[in-house]
Amino acid sequence: MSTHSHVPAPAPPVPPAPPRDISRGEDSWSLGDKIGVGMAWAAGILLCLVAGAIVLYMLVRGIQYLKFSELVSHPLPSLDQSNSGGFLDPIEGTIILTILGTAIAAPIGIGIAVWLSEYARPSWLARAVESGVEIVAGTPSIVLAIFGLLVFQQSFFGFLSFTAEGNAVFGRSFFTAGAMMSLIALPLIVGATREALHSIPSHVREASYALGKDRASTIRRVLLPASRRGIGTGITLGMGRIVGDTAIVVILLGASLQLQAENDVPVLGTLKGTGSTLTSYVYNNSPAGEGGAPQKAYAAAFVLLIIVIFLNFAIDLIARRKEPAWNR
Amino acid sequence: MSNHGSHNAKPKDRTDQRAEVALGALASAVLLLIAFMIVFVFSKAWPSFAHNGLAWFGGGGNVDEQLSNIFNSPANPADYVYTMHAWPLLYATALITGVSLLLATTISLLSAMFIVEFAPDAMRRVLQPVVRLLAAVPSVIYGLIGVLVLVPFVGNQVITAGQKESVQYVIQLDGTSILVGILVLTVMITPIMVAIVTDALRAVPRSWTEGAAALGVNRWRALRTVGLRAARPAIVAAAVLATARALGEAIMLSMVSGSVAFAPNPLDGVTFFVEPARTLAATVVDNAEGLSVKPFGQTIYAFAAILLISSFFLSFAGWVARQSMRKYTLQAR
Repeated sequence: MSTHSHVPAPAPPVPPAPPRDISRGEDSWSLGDKIGVGMAWAAGILLCLVAGAIVLYMLVRGIQYLKFSELVSHPLPSLDQSNSGGFLDPIEGTIILTILGTAIAAPIGIGIAVWLSEYARPSWLARAVESGVEIVAGTPSIVLAIFGLLVFQQSFFGFLSFTAEGNAVFGRSFFTAGAMMSLIALPLIVGATREALHSIPSHVREASYALGKDRASTIRRVLLPASRRGIGTGITLGMGRIVGDTAIVVILLGASLQLQAENDVPVLGTLKGTGSTLTSYVYNNSPAGEGGAPQKAYAAAFVLLIIVIFLNFAIDLIARRKEPAWNR
Repeated sequence: MSNHGSHNAKPKDRTDQRAEVALGALASAVLLLIAFMIVFVFSKAWPSFAHNGLAWFGGGGNVDEQLSNIFNSPANPADYVYTMHAWPLLYATALITGVSLLLATTISLLSAMFIVEFAPDAMRRVLQPVVRLLAAVPSVIYGLIGVLVLVPFVGNQVITAGQKESVQYVIQLDGTSILVGILVLTVMITPIMVAIVTDALRAVPRSWTEGAAALGVNRWRALRTVGLRAARPAIVAAAVLATARALGEAIMLSMVSGSVAFAPNPLDGVTFFVEPARTLAATVVDNAEGLSVKPFGQTIYAFAAILLISSFFLSFAGWVARQSMRKYTLQAR
């Protein structure tokens, strides 16, 4: 700092300072600080309590009402809770819809992330795509749902769902719901993949170029394998969102009690047909839906919660995987 | 924008260019789809706005009656009924979202600080996965607990007979109320914010808070004045994300905050909190069966358009806020 190197005059003797309280104790803190810390503790404990209450409550209700037979029997239309069957179809619906939505979202999301992070030319287009993805992330799923209904009821998309007499397209099917579900998973996949690609140091790319690989094969052979962890996390997060979404299911899947295949073709028929998922099953069996079957709703919500916990656990497992050598 | 080594890679053959074009086309296609969505929703919603003008945003009349009039309007397109004064819905949306956001921000900042600095290790190890789990719990589960536990509790224990009588000619109080709506919504969005803010506080360089501590400030002050300030862009981002979730929350709110388009009146005193209200998103869900009736569908799309505009403004406002903070703080993404 100082370029002047003259010797300062000897400072007048300083009286020895009183020993400062350097302990980490909070006795010396001002009242405001103590209140602040107290409130932080209170907030933390409140969070614990609420979380514990929710998890415990669902656990108790779930164990109380869930019967194994419900997991393997079809739901039946009945006003009486004891006759309304299980929720095999909603479970199947959740699985089908999640797989379908992820299968659509993953390649698109990874592609967009790679383009944004590795090419991004022209830059105005890249910026526009970036804000576009952000817009999708901020769009309520209910808006996506009714937009999807509007789109898929056009006769052009008639091949994706039921077609009634007079060519009125129903617009509600696993295909259409899955397509819209992929939009809510998309931003998560794009975000996580981009982050993973960002964290790869540029010398890794340069090493690959130096070995004579072009960019396309660098992406395929070096960058994508190295960002597997991020991609996996993004996809799992996206699955979590799809599993938990209700609005799109209620509006775009028809929320019919059982899976109703559109025709007899084994897989395609089901995908073109309507169904329900655990979320819509819970919604419809709660007092807010038409059916007053709270026990069924609790049991299904418990299964749903277990799926979500499992997905969360999967994210942890992915995060624990081995990192590429340059990050260690 | 990182364009890693764009110049030192000479494409040897066409595959590289093809990959770039293909990926670019994919990105553009998604962009087009989004633009298409916006145009589609707005063009569909336009008649409802055009017929009402600014009165659309005003109050007056009963929204549910207006909706059923629109639903039952004559088949002749010239006679379609469009009258809609959506103020109660807008008001309910703003009220429930705003109050929940305030509560959630306060709680999440405090508990993020708690987790980062004050929590005992054991508690921290439990809290973090729990927060992440809570952030991932589907809203319908929150709604279920709300409608089966909180709503009956409020309806039977909190609301007095006197309160029910005092407004019985206006509205029925059965427990579905803005109180439950706000509570459940707060529980829903707080974990999202806690997760983001905790990460941001962790990312504040240790040396910054240590610098503050070296100047003789205690742990709380150091965290509040240095940590929180450095984390501001992340806090804004968290708030934007939480607000987006709150605005768009349809199913849960339609379950717990009542299915009556009623504008709770603050003049009712305490009763105000136990009056029902219905947000825009919940209205869309509740009326989705009627979408095929043309004027009715257009009205519903008008609600959706308002939601869409609000979420634009939200991300734009968040972006502006982060830009203005960028100079002073950690680089925000």
